[in-house]
Amino acid sequence: MSFKTVERKPLSFAERTYVPQILGGLKTTFKKMVKPNETLEYPEARPTIPPGYRGVPTLVKDPNGREKCVSCQLCEFVCPPKAIRIKPGEIPADDPTAHVEKAPQEFDIDMLRCIYCGLCQEVCPEEAIWLQNVFSLSGYTREEMVNNKAKLYELGGTLPDDHYKWDKKKAAEEAGNGGH
Amino acid sequence: MIELYLSLPIWVQASLKGLIAIGLIIPIAGACSLAERKISAWIQGRPGPNRARAWGLGYIPILGPILQRLGVFHLMADGAKFVFKEDVVPGHVNKFYYYLAPLVALVPSLCTIVVVPFGAYFDAATETLKPLILADVDVGILAVFAIGSLSVYSLILAGWASNSKYPFLGGVRASAQLISYELSMTLSVIPVFLWVNAPGPEATLSLFAVVESQSQPGFWGGMWFVFLMPLCAFVFLVSLFAETNRQPFDMPESEADLVGGFHTEYGEFKWSIFFVAEYAHMTIGSGVFVLLFLGGWNPLPWVPLEPLIAGLPVWLGGLIGASVFLGKTFFFIFLFMWVRWTLPRFRYDQVMKLGWQKLLPIAIANVIFYALAIALIERA
Repeated sequence: MSFKTVERKPLSFAERTYVPQILGGLKTTFKKMVKPNETLEYPEARPTIPPGYRGVPTLVKDPNGREKCVSCQLCEFVCPPKAIRIKPGEIPADDPTAHVEKAPQEFDIDMLRCIYCGLCQEVCPEEAIWLQNVFSLSGYTREEMVNNKAKLYELGGTLPDDHYKWDKKKAAEEAGNGGH
Repeated sequence: MIELYLSLPIWVQASLKGLIAIGLIIPIAGACSLAERKISAWIQGRPGPNRARAWGLGYIPILGPILQRLGVFHLMADGAKFVFKEDVVPGHVNKFYYYLAPLVALVPSLCTIVVVPFGAYFDAATETLKPLILADVDVGILAVFAIGSLSVYSLILAGWASNSKYPFLGGVRASAQLISYELSMTLSVIPVFLWVNAPGPEATLSLFAVVESQSQPGFWGGMWFVFLMPLCAFVFLVSLFAETNRQPFDMPESEADLVGGFHTEYGEFKWSIFFVAEYAHMTIGSGVFVLLFLGGWNPLPWVPLEPLIAGLPVWLGGLIGASVFLGKTFFFIFLFMWVRWTLPRFRYDQVMKLGWQKLLPIAIANVIFYALAIALIERA
């Protein structure tokens, strides 16, 4: 048998008058009433964002101020709603990071299309695109809802870098053992 | 000032007093609607309405933010909204009765104030306590019941004149419920008046006399009737919840099964009149309960008001008496709201069963018991 018959006790006289139960309920609600509110009064008080939160996608720079994106366009290709548009560009030869070769000329994320899935962050080989903790954005026009490159860097700021991949590559090249 | 007032014709005096009482009860009813929202919010762990801020008053330092947190401007906004909204009348209603129903709701609620004393002052000339009342008539409680129960007509009229399904069901439920609970309510106050009207002096049903008999010296004299007759107080309170259509008895407008009940087809100002009438009814019901069972304006059991205010100026004594009475009344209004946000609604058959099979026999047994007890005590 997959079920069990629960024996129901007949209600006692006190229970049948409802009164003790009602008083118990009143006690509970009174306790709730004098307790501080649960509500967060939103625009003034903000929730704490847990680590790993997937907010608005942003572009980040490394601690040396180099833009990490190399415009490989993997995020553009992986993006399920096709929210990302990248126009790749060359890094000028006189730039200290010229050995990186490429950087985006234009980088637009259409926030009306973005579904905050985080695939762009996952696919990025340079750890350049991050879904950070901005969760609320609004605008009056469709154009305003497209984050361009300047806006993306402004939102992203700088994140710590564990690898300094391109610096190591340059150092190795200068030491004579670089190259593919 | 007082001379000018006393020199006016009697009907002008009476209308002035009446206007003051109405001017008091309507803001109380309005404040109740705000209190309801705030208390429900606090019980549910929310801050409640606190965003609206009016120009002028809202920008006064300290006071403005406090008023804003309390949601006072929401109350003003609600009131203004009701007054200025477009007056929509559905095409299928019976116009005459449709307009009549809110009036029939409001008028009896306001009329009952006439016989309910809301305080007392010490009259130095006669050295006695006089009630603050519009008309100290002997019928007292009888008038409250007679006029107060007229408000059921408004629910029936509203339900019927709306000419639509849910209001009609709401009206039918309201009439059945109010009539069933009125019986127990009336029976539950009989022992109080049996006790008040000791043989000898002229009999009275005045509410002032009830409070007077709770402010006598001695252990039995100063005892509030809630201690002397707890069962009467209980039956009266339960019937009061049913009579004022409050949770858990709000059958007439149980929004889950009847949309809005009898006022489904009503909007804007007419709806707000129903609302004010409901709160006015509740305020007066609480007031009557306080007078009958909780010693009216006596601050504590066995502590009558009279010696406390005997030496004070008339206006101060009157103010103290009225504040004590209103304080107790407000506690009961709070109780109504507290219960509303605690209990779920009864099913309609449970309401009827409770009224006819439980409360009414209890009330009848109660009357018989107290009648015998009082007869034995007074014979001894």
